[in-house]
Amino acid sequence: MYSDKVMDHFTNPRNVGEIDKADGVGEVGNASCGDIMKIFLKVDDKGVIEDVKFKTFGCGAAIATSSMVTEMAIGKTLAEAEELTNEAVAEALDGLPSQKMHCSNLAADALHAAIKNYRETHNL
Amino acid sequence: MKQIYLDNNATTPIHAEVFDEMLPYLKEQFGNPSSVHWAGRAVRGAVEHAREQVAQAINASPAEIVFTACGSEGDNYAIKGTVDALKKKGNHIITTKVEHPGVLEVCTYLEKTGCEVTYLDVDENGMIDLAELEAAITEKTVLISIMWANNETGTLSPIREIGEIAKKHKIRFHSDAVQALGKVPVDVQDGNVDMLVLSGHKIGAPKGVGAIYVRRGTKLTPFMHGGHQERHRRAGTHNVAGIVAMGKACELAVQDLDTKAETLKKLRDKLEAGIVAAVPETLVNGHPTERLPNTLNISFAYIEGESLLLNLDMKNIAASSGSACTSGSLEPSHVLGAMGVPVELAHSSTRFSLGPETTDEDIDFVLQELPPIVQRLRDMSPIYPGQDVKTQCCTGNCCPVE
Repeated sequence: MYSDKVMDHFTNPRNVGEIDKADGVGEVGNASCGDIMKIFLKVDDKGVIEDVKFKTFGCGAAIATSSMVTEMAIGKTLAEAEELTNEAVAEALDGLPSQKMHCSNLAADALHAAIKNYRETHNL
Repeated sequence: MKQIYLDNNATTPIHAEVFDEMLPYLKEQFGNPSSVHWAGRAVRGAVEHAREQVAQAINASPAEIVFTACGSEGDNYAIKGTVDALKKKGNHIITTKVEHPGVLEVCTYLEKTGCEVTYLDVDENGMIDLAELEAAITEKTVLISIMWANNETGTLSPIREIGEIAKKHKIRFHSDAVQALGKVPVDVQDGNVDMLVLSGHKIGAPKGVGAIYVRRGTKLTPFMHGGHQERHRRAGTHNVAGIVAMGKACELAVQDLDTKAETLKKLRDKLEAGIVAAVPETLVNGHPTERLPNTLNISFAYIEGESLLLNLDMKNIAASSGSACTSGSLEPSHVLGAMGVPVELAHSSTRFSLGPETTDEDIDFVLQELPPIVQRLRDMSPIYPGQDVKTQCCTGNCCPVE
């Protein structure tokens, strides 16, 4: 069902956890849907994403996309990270089963929510 | 690594004796039992012998057994056939909210064609209320369709009591017993069942064969029209090898049933107690006592079922889940929903269904591997440790971005 890349990120998820005193935190989904993704950001003074961590409640696709989006976002400017789409995350994982595309593929949305939170809390 | 199969409610391996029995009918015994000549004669007896074996397993007469291709066919035949045959009497069906889709989807389809259907509620253990059933009966009621045992939770219906109510009101009673045979006693006389559905692959026969018991004198419009097979009740050339397997599997299913059920229950109880002791914040779904001896449905708070299944699969442990991700729909298990299990716990439900091949070592292995997997997933979960988890179900297009 899942690509090798999805299984790799599901089995060995990158950047799991929380960032203490994170610069931005974003959460999407809810438990009743079976998916919650929470993203924590550390942003340097040049507006570059220094670190990203995630916590996810969800299926294999939800965990793998969360892991992938953290890898994709680290080192990017906020503007660049805002360009990341759910589709691009899925593509980086060599695709997701069709039934997962709209349901468990929310990692970029979680990242964007964290960036929005960062901008709001820093009055940017 | 050893493979551990704890998904016997989904399907079972073919029993060795069943395989041996059916093999000649895949090879040299190729005849069509409807043929007059030697090739047909050679297999006709085998089909009739299988019919006797099925009948004997459920305390019926051979003439009351019709072979089908699967459980869903039997359910479709029983329900649609009744609605058509009794359309002058009425158009009302009583069933439950926890039936298999093989019954539920037939009922929702029939609603579109003018039938009225009452879907009985169940309590937190998955049990119907007999008073509610009796109160639902109207002059237009033509059928009561209630499963013998629930496939997801294993909860057993009070079949004898339902049968008595059906008899008292002279209403036909259909029961899907696909999960029951071979695990609990199934007796159509004792249960006063008019139509009973069985499936081969749940009891050690291959996929593609099933049977339905139709009580003598029960008018049922055929589902498959065509040839004269099965006394005009089910057209289509006999699946001889499958039928032979079905017969043998039924014979074996009821052999030493008490002992087998006792063994299953002992192992299942060990698994249940072991998990509950090792993993905090779990919820066992299903009736505490009136439950199939092989089934354990348990929710692990804060984690999602598919993630758990994938991790178990990496340890070669096969189980299943009622999460939306594995049900092929956006909603989690309708069975757990009807029981009032909070939707996030339904997403985290996992079903272990044991079989005759399950060993004590299998259970030990699961008890060794499962707790750390649950903990790892919980450590990754943003809702662990417990927070204020929303319990509303999201309708519409799954997860709204907040």
